[in-house]
Formats: sequence, structure tokens, C-alpha cells
Amino acid sequence: MVVFEQVSKTYKNGFQPVKSLSFRVRRGEFLVLIGPSGCGKTTTLKMINRLIPHTSGTITVDGKDIARQDPVELRRNIGYVIQQIGLFPHYTIEENIALVPSLKGWDRRRIRQRVEELMHLVGLDPAVFARRYPKELSGGQQQRVGVARAMAADPELILMDEPFGALDPITREQLQEEFMRLQKELRKTVVFVTHDMDEAIRLGDRIAILKDGELLQLDTPEQLLTNPVHGFVEQFIGKNRIFQNPDLLPITEVMRTEPATISPHRSPERAITHMRQRRTDTLLCVDDKGRLLGIISAWDLQGDARRIETVREIMQPAEPVLPLTASAKDALVHITESRFGLIPVVDDQGKLSGVVTRGSLLTVLAGRWKENGNGEVGNP
Amino acid sequence: MNRKPLWEQIVQQLEMRSAELGLAILQHIKLVAISMGIAIVIGVALGIAVSRIRKLEAPVIGTASTLQTIPSLALLGFMIPLFGIGEKPAIIALFLYSLLPIIRNTYAGIAGVDKSVIEAATGMGMTNAQILFRIQLPLAFSVIMAGIRTSAVINVGTATLAAFIGAGGLGDFIFLGISRSMDALVLIGAVPAALLALLLDFLLGRLERAVAPKGLKM
Repeated sequence: MVVFEQVSKTYKNGFQPVKSLSFRVRRGEFLVLIGPSGCGKTTTLKMINRLIPHTSGTITVDGKDIARQDPVELRRNIGYVIQQIGLFPHYTIEENIALVPSLKGWDRRRIRQRVEELMHLVGLDPAVFARRYPKELSGGQQQRVGVARAMAADPELILMDEPFGALDPITREQLQEEFMRLQKELRKTVVFVTHDMDEAIRLGDRIAILKDGELLQLDTPEQLLTNPVHGFVEQFIGKNRIFQNPDLLPITEVMRTEPATISPHRSPERAITHMRQRRTDTLLCVDDKGRLLGIISAWDLQGDARRIETVREIMQPAEPVLPLTASAKDALVHITESRFGLIPVVDDQGKLSGVVTRGSLLTVLAGRWKENGNGEVGNP
Repeated sequence: MNRKPLWEQIVQQLEMRSAELGLAILQHIKLVAISMGIAIVIGVALGIAVSRIRKLEAPVIGTASTLQTIPSLALLGFMIPLFGIGEKPAIIALFLYSLLPIIRNTYAGIAGVDKSVIEAATGMGMTNAQILFRIQLPLAFSVIMAGIRTSAVINVGTATLAAFIGAGGLGDFIFLGISRSMDALVLIGAVPAALLALLLDFLLGRLERAVAPKGLKM
């Protein structure tokens, strides 16, 4: 979608904020540019919509060399969100969002529909906010408008320059979450500049680390954390970050092995005895090869114990189930959907490897918190 | 000379010269209106030019400032060898004298527009002209209007001096009064001139509030 080929930016005084940069952003990908201040990340971003002209190399967007395109036309087809938001204070929210469509000459009805749709999308009720002015909105609400405005003409590509950087931590996290949800649905190509590594890891499909105008590494968050190719990368992302982020903590770290199991052919009396021995109120049913079949609970056993011969008759599907490759974050997310407060973990052959319970999750995560006692706030 | 009380003198002079006074007020308004009209058009244009082309800042603002430092009477005097006497040189002098506050405020108003707003506008693909007319001028409007109001008030005052070079207006009464040492005549010229300045400032203030973009007023 976006291709950089040996792109440099040299100012007249010889200063070179970007040095021979080459990389490509895939369609539908969320690429984060990150690095210390002065690393050239913002310059790189602004070269894409020609707010800063590059001085050598070629940049293509959607296969077309941007240097050969009319900059105004180019920009109308690329969404742009900046940290300072930059809403027009004399335009209503509606008019702010409608800007690019109206520049493109859409007819009024289509613009109206689109604005309404976008306001719903970013969680602002049009009936309440459409006619208001930016000053009447909070910072978080304003940036929602900023995001809606960037998406107004439905561009394939969106450039975001530290869009959540000026917001308070709670609002920032909320907007990050919502933007992730949007992104999952809309699958835009996003190039996103930040200096916040947590944000980069949370949002990015891939992360490009820049320093002094050069690209040090461009990889998935997992790869960056486990295989930093450069001393600076390791130092910049912080080695212990992997342990602070449940996203990157493997599920095996929060899972109990040897869960209480039972064969579905056993009698209910046997199941009750087994539960008592293991001090549990649920048993996972597995076949003779150890493959997960379902779950039985003490509650169901009590009601139906006299009526049934084998526990198979009251067995229920053990939803949700996670694979061994899942992360602690997945467990955190899915545990709330679990009827029995536990998630069985299976290997790729469906064999039961262990179980995550609320207790095991909390014990491990709380332990990690303590280990990183002085860890930064905001890393759940 | 019979010296009646000032009040009676005024009433007497008004009875004698009411038609003359009406014409003088109209003439005064004409001088102000034409010179201000040109000053607004040229001043705003120069202010925009300066905000776009930074190289123009020193020559344009410098020239306008120099003009402003010339005493108004002297500036009117300079007009005589160039344009003779009458309305035309007076209007030119008043125009030159009104330029600076308008240029400076236009420039300052545009320069004062939040950089992030301009960056967002550019980044979304607005042309320079669209940014100027839809963003910069509306947002700079109240600052520009403040410059125009300052200019207008100075202009009404300076226009009384235009009588010196034969342009008429309320100055005629003031100078006649001074030369005949009749305070009543001086006041008949001065009070309407002062009221005119106040009224103009008031009206421009109302206009500003009526036209200013709504989102800025909160």
C-alpha cells in the first residue's frame, strides 16, 4: 500500500532527519513508527502526504509515485489525524467531519448520511453532538471527531501522528481500545507514529523502530521483544516489558497442569467422590487419549445423580477453549465468558494440557506485579 | 463684540448654520467612508500578502509605520504639491493614515491562527485559497475587526484636519471657530465629530459580533 524506496530528506543546511529509508506497509496493516524524539518518525509520516517533501528516493501509495500526484488530491484520499487534533473551532462537529467529503463534492444527502454513520462509529450521538462546536467537547470527544473526520471519505490509508498522546491515560486507553475495535472491522491501512512503546505493542501489527533517521528493525511486536536485532532496540523496548504485558505472556505461565478429569463412562457417584478428593466443583471429561470432550459440574450432578448412569448424560461443551499458543491476555478476555470460571487449554491435537482459572490467573499476574514492583503504571 | 453665554451662542449658530452643518457631516462621512473603504481593501490584502510572503513583512509594515509617524497635518500638507487641494488629496492622506492598524492586525490575526488547525486543513487536502477564505480569515476576523475599528476612530478624528486642504467636513466649523475665537463654532464641529467616532466604533462592534463565527464566541 505504501512503499518507501531509499527515501531521504535533506534540508538545505545539510541536516538529514531521514536517511535512505526503505520499507513497505501492507494493505490493511497497522504499522507503528516509533523511536526517541528526533528519530525522524514524524518526518517519515508527513512525507507520505507530502506535508514534508522528500528530497530523494521514491514513495508510492497504492502503486502510484506520490511525487507525480497533485498534493491536494493525494491528501484528500489519505486520512490524517494529529496529536493537537486541529478541529476547526468555527465549524460544528458535523461540518468538521463533513470537510473532506464536501471538498470532494459529494452531494448533501450523502454527506449527511456519512457524518451520521461516522458519529455512531466513534461513539458520539449525532442528536447531541452534531450541532455543537469543538470547544464544547472534552479532549477525548474532540479526538473522536478527529478520527471520524479522517475516515470521512473512507480513505484506504490513514496517517496518525501521536493521535492519543495529549489525552489523559484513562481516555487514551479507552480510545486505543475503541480504535482497535474499529480497525478490526474496517481493516484500513494505518501508519501510526508514537513514542509510547506500550501503545505500539498494543496497537501495532508491526512496529518500525527508528533512530537518527534510520530504520533499525521492522517486525511484529512478538519478534521485536523476543529477537531484538540491535542493542538499541533491546534497550528502547525494555527487556522486562514482555513480562509486564499479558499480551506477551504465554498462557502456559498462567495455567495449572493436571486438572481434575474424568472419563465420560464413569458413574455419577464416582464423579462426586472424585470432586471431593480434588476439592473442585467441576470435572473435565476426556477420552482415553486425553482429548477434551466436555465438562460436568457439581450442580448438575446433584440434580440428576439418581436419574443417570454415566456422567456423559450431563456433560456440557467446555466453552471457551484456548490453544497452547494463546496468551495470558486471551485468557483474561475469555474467562469472563466462561460459565464455570475456567478455561481448558488444549494442544493442537485437542489433548487437554491444563486449565486456567480465575484464581490461577490472578495469582500469576499479581505475582508479576510484585516482581516489577516499580513497574510503570498502565501495564495491566 | 457681544458675548452671550456659550449655550445661547450654540443655539444661535445652530439655527443659522443647520443646513451647513448637515452638509458638513455628510461630507465628513464621505471622506471617512471612502478612505476607510480603500484602506480596508488594500490593508487586508497587504496583511494577507505579508502573512504569506514573509519577505514582505519588513518593507510593508515599515512603510506603513513610517506613514503613521508623520504628523497628520504634515501628511495632509504633503498631499498639496502632489495632488493639489480638495477632496482627493484628503482621501489619499486619510487612506494612508488608516493603513497600518489594518495591515498589522490582519497579519497578526492570520499568524495567530492555531498552527495545528492549519496543519490539519493542509493535511486533509484544502487548497491555499480554501485555507485562507474558510479558515484563516474567519478565525482572524475579530482581530482584523479590532484593527479596522482603531483605524476608523483615528480616521474620523484626522478627517477634521482635512478642512485645511479644502476638503470640507466638520473641520470647517472648528477652524472657523478658532479663527473667529468663537467656542460655539468649535464645539459645533468637534462634538459631532466625536459622536461620529463613537457611533462608528459602536456600529462596527455590533457588526463584528453579528458576523463573527459562532463557535468562537463561547
